[in-house]
Formats: sequence, C-alpha cells, structure tokens
Amino acid sequence: MTTTPSAGSGTSVGTTDVAEYALRLGDDALVLAQRLGEWISRAPELEEDVALANIGLDLLGQARALLSYAGSLTGRTEDELAYFRSAEEFRAAHLMSLPRGDFAVTIARMLIVAAYQRELYARLAGSADETLAGVAGKAIKEVTYHFEHARDWTLRLGDGTDESHRRMQRALDGLWPYVAELFVSDEVEQRLVAAGVAVDSSTLRAGFDQAVDPILAEATLDVPQVPSVSGGGRRGNPGEHLGHLLAEMQSLARQFPGATW
Amino acid sequence: MSAPDQTAGEVPEREWPLWEVFVRPARGLSHVHAGSLHAADAQMAIGNARDLYTRRGEGVSIWVVRSADLVASSPDEKDELFDPAGDKVYRHPTFFTASEGVPGL
Repeated sequence: MTTTPSAGSGTSVGTTDVAEYALRLGDDALVLAQRLGEWISRAPELEEDVALANIGLDLLGQARALLSYAGSLTGRTEDELAYFRSAEEFRAAHLMSLPRGDFAVTIARMLIVAAYQRELYARLAGSADETLAGVAGKAIKEVTYHFEHARDWTLRLGDGTDESHRRMQRALDGLWPYVAELFVSDEVEQRLVAAGVAVDSSTLRAGFDQAVDPILAEATLDVPQVPSVSGGGRRGNPGEHLGHLLAEMQSLARQFPGATW
Repeated sequence: MSAPDQTAGEVPEREWPLWEVFVRPARGLSHVHAGSLHAADAQMAIGNARDLYTRRGEGVSIWVVRSADLVASSPDEKDELFDPAGDKVYRHPTFFTASEGVPGL
C-alpha cells in the first residue's frame, strides 16, 4: 500500500501519520548528526576527527531524505523542517540531544543508536512504503559501519586502562536511562504497523540487547541497572538540551533566510 | 639529551604508530599507495583508512602496513641504482623498428 501526498486523506494510512513517522526517524538522525559535528577539530586524533565527521554526514544524509519525504507529504521543504521548527515541533528521542560529553559518551551513544538503527532499518527495508524502504535499505550499510566503529572503541576503552574503563562505564550509566524511549511504540506507529509501513519499536529491543550485551561483556563493562526517564521526545516534549542545540544549528538560517554558499 | 626522571625507561608511547595505506581502485588493478595515517593497531588502521581514503568510493580493497616495516631504497644510492639504466638503449623497446604495414602497432 502506498500513500499519496493528497491532503485530507481519510484512509487508515494517513499521510499525516507517515509524515510524523518520517519526522521521528529523520529528527533522530539530524540531531545526532549535529552533536557529532561538534567534534570536528576537537577529536582526540585527526583520524578519529574525520571518522566522526563521516558518521555525522551519514546521519545527515539520512535526515535529509527523511525530512524531504515528510515535507513532501505536508507541503514543506527539508530546510523549513530543519531550520524553522521550534524544539517542541521536533520528534527526536531525548538520547540524541544529550550533550556530547567526553569521547566515551560519544562512543557509548554511537553504540546504542547504531544498534537500534540497525535493527530498525533492517526491518524497515521491507516497508510497504517505497520511500521509507529505500531510505532504510541505503542506511543499513551506513549504520552497520557506525556500529562496528563504536564496537571497536567500546572494546578498547572498556578493556583498556583503568581511566578509560571508568569513563566508559560512567558514560553508559549516564545514557542508559534514555535507551528505553527508543523502544516505546504509540498509536501513530501502531496504525502504520498495521498497514505494513512502520516497524513496531517495542519489538526491536530483543535484537538490540543481543547485539549490545555481548560487546559490553567482552569490554568488561556492566549493563547499567538504572530506572528509565519518562522521555517524551516523540510527543513534543523536547527535554532540556534540544533548544540549545537548535539555537546553534538554526541561527544562520534564521538570521539570513534563504542564505546559500 | 633530556635529564632522566623517575619514569625513564617506561615512558608509554604518546603517539600511535604510523601506517602506510594502499588502495586498490578496482578489480584487476594493483593496490596503489594512497597515503599514511596513525592508528593503534592494524584493525584501527583499516578503519581509519576507510574513512580517510575511500569515503568517496575510491576503492574495493585496502592494505595497510606499519611504516616502520617498509624497507626503502636510499636516496644516496640513487645514482648506482637507477642511472645505469639510462644509457642502455637496448633495454628499451625503442631499439626495435616497427615493420611497415603491421596493424596494431
């Protein structure tokens, strides 16, 4: 079943739902790309600087495709969606907008997000929506590389020096409360799942744990046993950090609308 | 000649070792030297090489080798190694003349 950008569709697979879903996935990628971009010129090694920038650009490419699609369904451009929405209009999970922290935090978040996206895109590649399936099919190779990059660093840092182990565990402990939000489904998603368009987020957790747990064990790190935060990024509760991130990301486009270079 | 201190003899390496990167641009072609990079070990060197030298689809295969493991000819030996070839014209295919009327030459 495919959807068309005609307004006022009353079918069970409304374009509003599809646009909302594409925004969620696209905003996750966009916000995390911005956080990774903060490392440029600041990474611990020149080679890693380039690697983090590459991974950020991969995510930015995914974000552009998804936001363009969401915009095509709602009459907006990708730039309007990226630069002229308020924090409350974003749909990114809180995990994505948390401050970049030290290098261990960045690696821990990359491991978590890439493991999640890998499960998600592998399933979404079979979506009944051709555009979403196409984006996912291309992205799966990218996030698989992100996962491997994060895995290698997790093993090095976790099973490295006392200090690198301490920082890696601290990073995981700080991020883990935000993991649960990635696997929360809701009505919008369930309507799309019923139509074969979306992936049920709650069914992705098992694959995530199977991928991440052995890596943490090999890295001599503990899976944190901590309560989850309430989240709400998908529902327009942006959390405390997204606004600051957007202020920087959107400032140029808002100060000079239509600027090109 | 720095003054010895209490950690002398067990100072950890402060920099990752240097690696040379060779990339094969396509099947059937040879690996070509692309450049060098720093990495802690071979696996990281491959990963870094992928990010530094193949991000625009330049390659289908990567070799990395520790720069310290490469043996290079000395610039001081340039004359005896390479110059003698210059005046031995019979080593060059220009010594032969092409017959007239042979297609494909």
